[in-house]
Amino acid sequence: MFFLDFAGNRILMAVIASLHVIINHPFAVGAYPLVTLMEWWGHKTGQPDWDRLAYKITFVLFIITTTVGALTGVGIWLSAALIAPFGIGSLLRIFFWAWFTEWLIFVAEVVLIMVYFLTWKRWAEGFMKKVHIGVGVTLSVFSWLTMVIIVAILGFMMGSGTWPDQRTLFSALANPLYLPQLAFRTTFALITAGLLAWFTLFFFTDTGSEFRRRAVRFVSGWILVWSVPFAAASLWYWNVVPVIMQANVNVALLTMRFALWYETLAQLMAAAVIFIALTALIGILRPKVIPGLFLIIPFVLGIWLLGHFERVREFIRKPYVVADYMYSNGVRVSELPVLQRDGILPYSTYVHHRTVTSDNLVEAGRDVFIITCSRCHTTAGINGVVKKFTDLYGQEPLDSNTLRLFMKTMHNSRTFMPPFPGNDKELEALAAYIKKLQDDYEPIFNAQTDWTIKADTAGSMP
Amino acid sequence: MINLLVVSDLMPVPRDLELPLPLGEFELKIFLVLLFLVHILFVNLMLGGSVFSVIFEIIGLKFPRYDTLARRLAETITVNKSLAVVLGVGPLLCINLVYTLHFYSANALTGYAWIQIVPLVIVAFLASYLHKYTWERWTGPRKRLHVTVGISAAFLFLCIPFLFLSNINLMLFPEQWRQVSGFFSSLRVGNVFPRYFHFITASLALTGLFALAWLSRKKYPVENKLPGFSRPEIRRLFYRLAYYMTLAQLVFGPLLLFTLPYRGVTGLLFIVILSGVATALIVLLMLRAEIKATDDKIGRRLIPICILLTLVVLAMGTGRHIYREACLAEHKVLIADATARFRAIETATRMRLEAGLGAGDAIETGPTGEKVFENCAACHALNRVLAAPPLTEVAAIYKDDPDGIVAWTKNPGKKRPQFAPMPSFAHLGDVRLKMVAEYILEITSEVNPGE
Repeated sequence: MFFLDFAGNRILMAVIASLHVIINHPFAVGAYPLVTLMEWWGHKTGQPDWDRLAYKITFVLFIITTTVGALTGVGIWLSAALIAPFGIGSLLRIFFWAWFTEWLIFVAEVVLIMVYFLTWKRWAEGFMKKVHIGVGVTLSVFSWLTMVIIVAILGFMMGSGTWPDQRTLFSALANPLYLPQLAFRTTFALITAGLLAWFTLFFFTDTGSEFRRRAVRFVSGWILVWSVPFAAASLWYWNVVPVIMQANVNVALLTMRFALWYETLAQLMAAAVIFIALTALIGILRPKVIPGLFLIIPFVLGIWLLGHFERVREFIRKPYVVADYMYSNGVRVSELPVLQRDGILPYSTYVHHRTVTSDNLVEAGRDVFIITCSRCHTTAGINGVVKKFTDLYGQEPLDSNTLRLFMKTMHNSRTFMPPFPGNDKELEALAAYIKKLQDDYEPIFNAQTDWTIKADTAGSMP
Repeated sequence: MINLLVVSDLMPVPRDLELPLPLGEFELKIFLVLLFLVHILFVNLMLGGSVFSVIFEIIGLKFPRYDTLARRLAETITVNKSLAVVLGVGPLLCINLVYTLHFYSANALTGYAWIQIVPLVIVAFLASYLHKYTWERWTGPRKRLHVTVGISAAFLFLCIPFLFLSNINLMLFPEQWRQVSGFFSSLRVGNVFPRYFHFITASLALTGLFALAWLSRKKYPVENKLPGFSRPEIRRLFYRLAYYMTLAQLVFGPLLLFTLPYRGVTGLLFIVILSGVATALIVLLMLRAEIKATDDKIGRRLIPICILLTLVVLAMGTGRHIYREACLAEHKVLIADATARFRAIETATRMRLEAGLGAGDAIETGPTGEKVFENCAACHALNRVLAAPPLTEVAAIYKDDPDGIVAWTKNPGKKRPQFAPMPSFAHLGDVRLKMVAEYILEITSEVNPGE
């Protein structure tokens, strides 16, 4: 199995996916309508300045979205296949048609952005200009449609609605978090696009010019206009999340901590939103006052807000990767009784040992760790297991019996954890392994670097 | 418990996913082959365009008209590369579905290199944009820098195919998975290198024809856009390139075919491939005739050439698929078998559970106070401190008051600063909590606190 010993698999996914969202929201979904509006306005009022500005911003969008944007999108597929093959494989079987449709729209989107940007100078007069603006409008719609589909799948991972009973594509799409999240992301994208445009204005217009003042005022207006629906959508999403959260995580401690964190976050977010709105207001009233580099602050704030929403979203889905069907470690809910009775090692493909004996306790424990824990935890790196236990029990040598007891019932005391999917012998082995890690750390090799796995397994199959 | 799923000593046999495919396997495979060919066409044009563009630019240092030609080619790369990426997602979805286990296993075995696709392609794309948009500005002393950027982009485009090839090659040979650790060792499996050269030459040949069609099309003002060239000259130049590259396939093609690992080579494969080769020979003859044609006649056979070439590509794509299927046939049977056996065990266990018999050996039926206490034992011990107060202390507070314990466990507070706060166990239900409360009071009553 693929495994990053220090950083943890989650980091890889988090980096690629966050980068993708940071590109997708402000640079694509939100920005295409904004530049099209600028182009249309310039055409309607006969002011070529607007057209030039829109063209320059589109150049940036074109470069970024067709490189980093497109590749991080593909990267999400690649990294998911490495980190959670069973999870992504199952999701793909549920959502194939949704993803397939999204792909067709995505192809159209890429073609449209190329047409939109590359014909800008050629389709500049009369009827062709109108066609060009039409391309911009279509592009905006298509890029929003890709979001419409993907958010449905994200919503599904957080709350599966009626899917576990019906098992149809539609029942999976009609999940409770879908619409609020879509409204939130859409308005958010529109606002961050404004923030981005604000920022780029200072490179693409002349300092102190009359046009810069008008452009700042225009973009500020755009941000303010979208702030109102954004606030409404946030509230909606905000109120739906805890309900789902409580349904999934019924632990007072977590809810307590979560509520506290949630409240602080709410205050910070409100502050950020007010700050952005105030800047926008100043932008309208006194466009001259705002210095260029200052505008990077609201942009960074916007990205930060988005990051937190993604974190909450990821937390809510636990302990499942496909709600009520498959746990984060790829174990299906319905195979659990078999694995807990017979053990998971006999049924696993890539392990050194298939049975636990008193001689191979630690080594078999490492196999168990890799299969059952390593999708989320490292040994001693980020989210490492040893630290989790020393946080709870203190720095003294861990007691393997206590570890065993804890892990056997951890899904009851930490309800975001899946139940241990193996038998008592394997639990003992895992506890022995963790205890050994505390005394004597050794790095784990994965399938790509583990030169020993073939020697052992080839010879010692039962 | 005897292991019922004895795994073949030779190859790892993973179990299939439980959910059914969203579409018939046959339809998905048709999708896969066709979508893949469309994707690879644009990959070919992106790669070939990048290589030719930089070669012409270098020639253009001496013969300036080639510099313009290089530039016109570079303009096509950025479009072709966007299409190559976006059209790659469709076949990626299909291969994930049809060959889930094989593809993911190969991915995991070469993971570090595999994921480098993302940053490497981003850098290659940014480099080609830089190459394209600085053409006019980076002249004179900076021309060398400009050429370097072009070379870097072409070099990256030439390297990246290895990452893909190693994966789709490795997935065909499950019996070798145990011998592979990482990207470089995966290059030793099967015949990656002949495949690579076959692919690169095909890219260059196709790009030759594409450039010909694009840069000498009727509406294209050749004299304006490509000063120093005439339309027939352009045609002859790119026909030549396509001809020699296709000729080279007479070497690389057989090399590829004869280095294929034996298992997977079937009669049908030979028929399909050889009919492709026969068509390719006709294409070669036609290309030769075009090169020798006079200025007013050159270009007439382009459409039939393209049609025949499409047939060649279809034959090769189908051949590839036939080989893949034959390679994996045995392994797929093993997988289906392992999956079915596991599913049978799973169903039997579920029926036992539903009948109230318990899962068997390890799982007990009916909770007892002692059993429920397992949920607590990781933190609370009888008379010593683990991660929470010992039970003797609990009993001292709740003597004769099991309901008090129940109430606390449902909604615990935090009293002692030295311990982590206790989570709620309300989800276990009142009945179980009451059992455990009574169990706690019972076992503590046997301990004399004074001891």
